[in-house]
Amino acid sequence: MTNTAAAMRASLAAVALMGIFTAPVLAGDFTGAGASFPAPVYAAWGADYKAATGNGLNYQAIGSGGGQTQILNRTVDFGASDAPMAPEKLDSGKLLQFPTVVGSVVVIVNLDGVKADELKLTGPVVADMYLGKIAKWNDPVIAKLNPGVKLPDLAILPVYRSDGSGTTYVFTTYLSAVSADWKGKVGAATSVKWEAGNGAKGNDGVAGAVKNAKGAVGYVEYVYASANSLTTTQLQNKAGKFVTPTVPAFQAAAAAADWDAAKNFDASMIDTKGDTAWPIVSATFIELPKDPKDAAASLEVMKFFDWAYKNGDATAEKLHYIALPAAVKDRVRKAWAAEVKDASGAAIWK
Amino acid sequence: MTATSPNFDVSTSSSASSALTSKHLKDKLFHWGLYGAAAFVLVLLGAIIVLLFKGGFPALQAFGLGFFVSAEWNPVTEQYGAAVMLYGTLVTSVIAMLLAFPASLGIALFLTEVAPVPMRRTIGTAVQLLAAVPSIIFGMWGFFIVSPLMATWVQPVLQAIFGPIPLIGELFSGAPAGTGILTAGLILALMIMPFITAMFVEIFNSVPPVLKEAAYGIGATTTEVFKAVTVPYGRTALVGAVMLGLGRALGETMAVTFVIGNANRIKASLYAPGASIASTIANEFPEAGPGSMKLHALLELGLALFVISFVVLALARWLVRTRIEG
Repeated sequence: MTNTAAAMRASLAAVALMGIFTAPVLAGDFTGAGASFPAPVYAAWGADYKAATGNGLNYQAIGSGGGQTQILNRTVDFGASDAPMAPEKLDSGKLLQFPTVVGSVVVIVNLDGVKADELKLTGPVVADMYLGKIAKWNDPVIAKLNPGVKLPDLAILPVYRSDGSGTTYVFTTYLSAVSADWKGKVGAATSVKWEAGNGAKGNDGVAGAVKNAKGAVGYVEYVYASANSLTTTQLQNKAGKFVTPTVPAFQAAAAAADWDAAKNFDASMIDTKGDTAWPIVSATFIELPKDPKDAAASLEVMKFFDWAYKNGDATAEKLHYIALPAAVKDRVRKAWAAEVKDASGAAIWK
Repeated sequence: MTATSPNFDVSTSSSASSALTSKHLKDKLFHWGLYGAAAFVLVLLGAIIVLLFKGGFPALQAFGLGFFVSAEWNPVTEQYGAAVMLYGTLVTSVIAMLLAFPASLGIALFLTEVAPVPMRRTIGTAVQLLAAVPSIIFGMWGFFIVSPLMATWVQPVLQAIFGPIPLIGELFSGAPAGTGILTAGLILALMIMPFITAMFVEIFNSVPPVLKEAAYGIGATTTEVFKAVTVPYGRTALVGAVMLGLGRALGETMAVTFVIGNANRIKASLYAPGASIASTIANEFPEAGPGSMKLHALLELGLALFVISFVVLALARWLVRTRIEG
């Protein structure tokens, strides 16, 4: 009984691949699938958009990998992923990629007597903790960064996301950027081979595991840390300044990114220049077919994100996401007009 | 039935014969319908095997049989091996069986032989309710309640007792983090215990009272009756119940994912975090890109779990048969 159930669970994997999950669509409605990180803001925008226009968004938060599969198979109108898709895959899949909102990752700790944003850490130190090279909280390296903070003789327990996630991608990209050791030993991906620590499922799992064990250190999306008042830390940015995780610090990072040089809007906001910029910031992306089968639905997707760019910033910020700079939004609209064509080769977005 | 069939309302001879053929036809349809239902199971089973094999084949091609012995699971370098997950799956299941089997046997014996009748009903119902608790509930309870308790109370105590003993001490070494292989095994034991107990109670109750009474009549004690009558009478069914419990432990996903610690490393210590096949698939699948080697490796893991489950069932059959013959 349960033996077959176990095997069937595994085969569900394949069922999802075939795109069986696609739901029936009403006239004027459009579907998307993918990343779970931006799902709350897409849901909020979708509800507001439905109230404004009558057209509904059906978004399924099945994970970035699933979203990419579904848009490559064209079973949805758009895909969504946290990690930008590889340029070759975008080309071969005839997809246009553009960003929607910006999010950030923060470091959380569980130490008696240490208040939120009190502890100062640097990228290389965090990398060494996750490599198991710095094993105790009273290590001289940490003590030197934190004069006046009483650090206990306690083992450091790193906690990471056990499920593949965009958060892990952003966090490991940051560690690879600031630590050559990390880059050589571990690297950056949605899931990696961790050298030390325990894995927990989801942001809530990481937060729970950190709360459970004294001496634990973890990383979560800022959205999650602020909603649950977790003990966040300061981080040193590229300019050498220690910054606390706040919305202005994230905005500074988003503004400092080099959007001109970025292909497919894949502008790095990791460890950007600027005295006030938070070092672990990243955009989340949408993938839209350049040759849509259903031009009307594709137009509806672009109308939706255009509407969200114009009217959705307040909603996004209420949910602790960072809105894109206005110049980037205009650039996205230009890309829609230039690249998304109907069957006759005419631009769909005018 | 007859009211809905118009053929039975009329009583002329011609319609009586047509009623017969119609009845015959219905019979045949029903007959083939049953065949179809049975065949569907086989088709489904075949489809799952084919799909897992096809999906996992590129991984088998790339890593060969080394896939099953390599402990390297690295999505960055695209090197995949199943040793960590095979180890985690088997060790947690063995711990679960070691803890759950004696406990289930004791509870079932108490409920059928020792407890006063009103108490039997109350505890019996409680056991069945416990067997119906969804696994995700066990997982959350394990993560939020049991694992902090393990970290502060159970693990340090076990370490103090077994730590100094050579070899065995290794099993209880390392920092007590609460989550890990041991906690996963414990949660699994708690999950399958009510399941196995409920089946044990049924089995013990099915022993004909006359056999037990005869044994008591010639002066046997409760223990002797249990050993000489109850257990031998239900032996095949008992083995079956244990194997079903083991099957549940092998494939359990959510509860294990919560408490196993999810690390792709094999350590001697039972306190160390690990991973099981099912937890790895649950963790990695949503971000496994289309056509990626990771996806193939995950499907091959699924195939491995399928094979293990099959072997467990086959072993159960074989055990049962040799015992009957012996």
